[in-house]
Amino acid sequence: MTVESTAARKPRRSAAGKTGTTGGKAAGTTGTKRTAAKKTTNAEPELVQLLTPEGKRIKNAGTAAYDPYVADITPDELRGLYRDMVLTRRFDAEATSLQRQGELGLWASLLGQEAAQIGSGRATREDDYVFPTYREHGVAWCRGVDPTNLLGMFRGVNNGGWDPTTNNFHLYTIVIGSQTLHATGYAMGIAKDGADSAVIAYFGDGASSQGDVAEAFTFSAVYNAPVVFFCQNNQWAISEPTEKQTRVPLYQRAQGFGFPGVRVDGNDVLACLAVTKWALERARRGEGPTLVEAYTYRMGAHTTSDDPTRYRHDDERVAWEAKDPIARLRGYLESETDTNEGFFAELEAESEALGRRVREVVRAMPDPDHFAIFENAYADGHALVDEERAQFAAYQASFADVDEEEGKER
Amino acid sequence: MTTQTAAQTAGQSAVKSLALAKAINESLRKALETDPKVLVMGEDVGKLGGVFRVTDGLQKDFGEDRVIDTPLAESGIVGTAIGLALRGYRPVVEIQFDGFVFPAYDQIVTQLAKMHARALGKVKLPVVVRIPYGGGIGAVEHHSESPEALFAHVAGLKVVSPSNASDAYWMMQQAIQSDDPVIFFEPKRRYWDKAEVNPEAIPGPLHKARVVREGTDLTLAAYGPMVKLCQEVADAAAEEGKALEVLDLRSVSPLDFDSIQTSVEKTGRLVVVHEAPVFFGSGAEIAARITERCFYHLEAPVLRVGGYHAPYPPARLEEEYLPGLDRVLDAVDRSLAY
Repeated sequence: MTVESTAARKPRRSAAGKTGTTGGKAAGTTGTKRTAAKKTTNAEPELVQLLTPEGKRIKNAGTAAYDPYVADITPDELRGLYRDMVLTRRFDAEATSLQRQGELGLWASLLGQEAAQIGSGRATREDDYVFPTYREHGVAWCRGVDPTNLLGMFRGVNNGGWDPTTNNFHLYTIVIGSQTLHATGYAMGIAKDGADSAVIAYFGDGASSQGDVAEAFTFSAVYNAPVVFFCQNNQWAISEPTEKQTRVPLYQRAQGFGFPGVRVDGNDVLACLAVTKWALERARRGEGPTLVEAYTYRMGAHTTSDDPTRYRHDDERVAWEAKDPIARLRGYLESETDTNEGFFAELEAESEALGRRVREVVRAMPDPDHFAIFENAYADGHALVDEERAQFAAYQASFADVDEEEGKER
Repeated sequence: MTTQTAAQTAGQSAVKSLALAKAINESLRKALETDPKVLVMGEDVGKLGGVFRVTDGLQKDFGEDRVIDTPLAESGIVGTAIGLALRGYRPVVEIQFDGFVFPAYDQIVTQLAKMHARALGKVKLPVVVRIPYGGGIGAVEHHSESPEALFAHVAGLKVVSPSNASDAYWMMQQAIQSDDPVIFFEPKRRYWDKAEVNPEAIPGPLHKARVVREGTDLTLAAYGPMVKLCQEVADAAAEEGKALEVLDLRSVSPLDFDSIQTSVEKTGRLVVVHEAPVFFGSGAEIAARITERCFYHLEAPVLRVGGYHAPYPPARLEEEYLPGLDRVLDAVDRSLAY
């Protein structure tokens, strides 16, 4: 045999990690105990929360496992998280407007989920790999994907629009839950390579019902794959509330598959950052998958084609507005750090500039060349595609004289 | 590969007689040896060596990390293979039987087939999906189907099916080397048919048809398990003085229409044979395109022989359902009667 068998080769894992194994285990154990206690009371389980809705820092037994992951966070880094959330929300609002103006065919807003996305996105390392749904605009931002690249598929000029390998940010996946398996396979590959990178797979409460998600849990557990399943439970799968998907809190699903699950306040960017870092470190250390359920709320419609007034009440939204992720961090910045008005004013200006740039880029986005239909259908080519492209070219060319008269370019 | 190495050292010919299943086994072994990124994965492919023993001995020699027994979940197998391919691996996955592929159909059609295009060519998905297919072995329900047309209809996939051990060996090599996803349909009723395989030969292109037998009166076109039948048909017809040309199409997508056209321009008559149902089958596509290409050469309409538009029947009825010698000869007669 020319190739050495890799069976005996165990993935090399860095021993890095601020709290070590104990932290992880402690957190898992706490979660389980809480769950057991709550079963009898039938109340919602507690969240891991580091910032109250009023922006006060919490430290207690429930946060102890995660505190070390944000213990040395600087005011500048906190302002960075705030800036990420504000700019993401601004970009998102701009995209919604562009859809209303007819520049985009559709938009899936992330409004309300900024903390879940920025917290988890900023927890990733450059060499980690991200598998998003179609709403991870905030995560894309953290990964350095130019926001205007996200708009191509919503404008209808492409079906993807970015090179997934540039930022280790996979293409948006529209068929629900499929990407959790891709993430698991990618993570299996990382383990085979002996690297200490990790993978994070995003999905939602609706996706938790998909068979692919269950299979991803099974495969990742069986192969101990370094993957974090980050479920943004935004309470609604279009019109269906979470209770139409599950009888147990979603994070508890992990237990049956044999890995830890934890519910985090999805509107608390600090908690999302800490918990995701904890989960990613577990993966890096070779401890396998983790399910993080970020408990949040979809403040807007499912997409611009949706009408939430048909299935939910405004008072629900009002209640969640009081837990707004951006206001919460601002409260903390204003009371606990030296952040001054100048920062907020500058950010406001930057935000407007981003909106303007997005608007200009989208409006200038050219329609694709007609022959793009055939491009990249195959990597190695295909005789039928060649034949049909030639037929298409001949058909297009048959308009040449008409176009010449009308002065059109085809 | 000790046998081969020994043969080479001794300066002997590398040609050996192999059953089709064994040829695939040797091809997988060669791929695992030459490319550390190649993985074999599927249900029972490890210790058991697969239910047809196609992967026999591979896990023992290459380890559990490269020959992977997977959980019993087809969508999971293909979905994780996609992720592994994105990481730079070249997974060869086994679907245990034709009728079990449908849990993975979504991952294959929605993800595997389209991802290269969606990424504007920036990622490649070199995944081979092996599917033992077809009937004739007296199996229970869901173990005898021929779903190739369901995959050929999907842009982004390539679909091939060898008819003999030599092609099985080489087409598997080429499928693994392909940067496109390839659905590799293995004619399970021919798994035990032996043929000479020369691992040192230079193979022809993966998607090119081959004239198996030359003739002037009528062209029989088939792939996979039906090629052998068509050769038998040609033998029987020869006894009646009819010279049939037999084409082994080898690839269903892309389909080598040029080779069919060349043959039909010579014979003027075409009968397409496959186990899959005739309705919307690959024969329908061949008939339409060959009619367009060879309209003035055709002496008769293109005829098709295949399965019926009914669920695959219980084993004791499959002989009636599957194309057999007489049904194909009947089509030959009908074509020649025009």
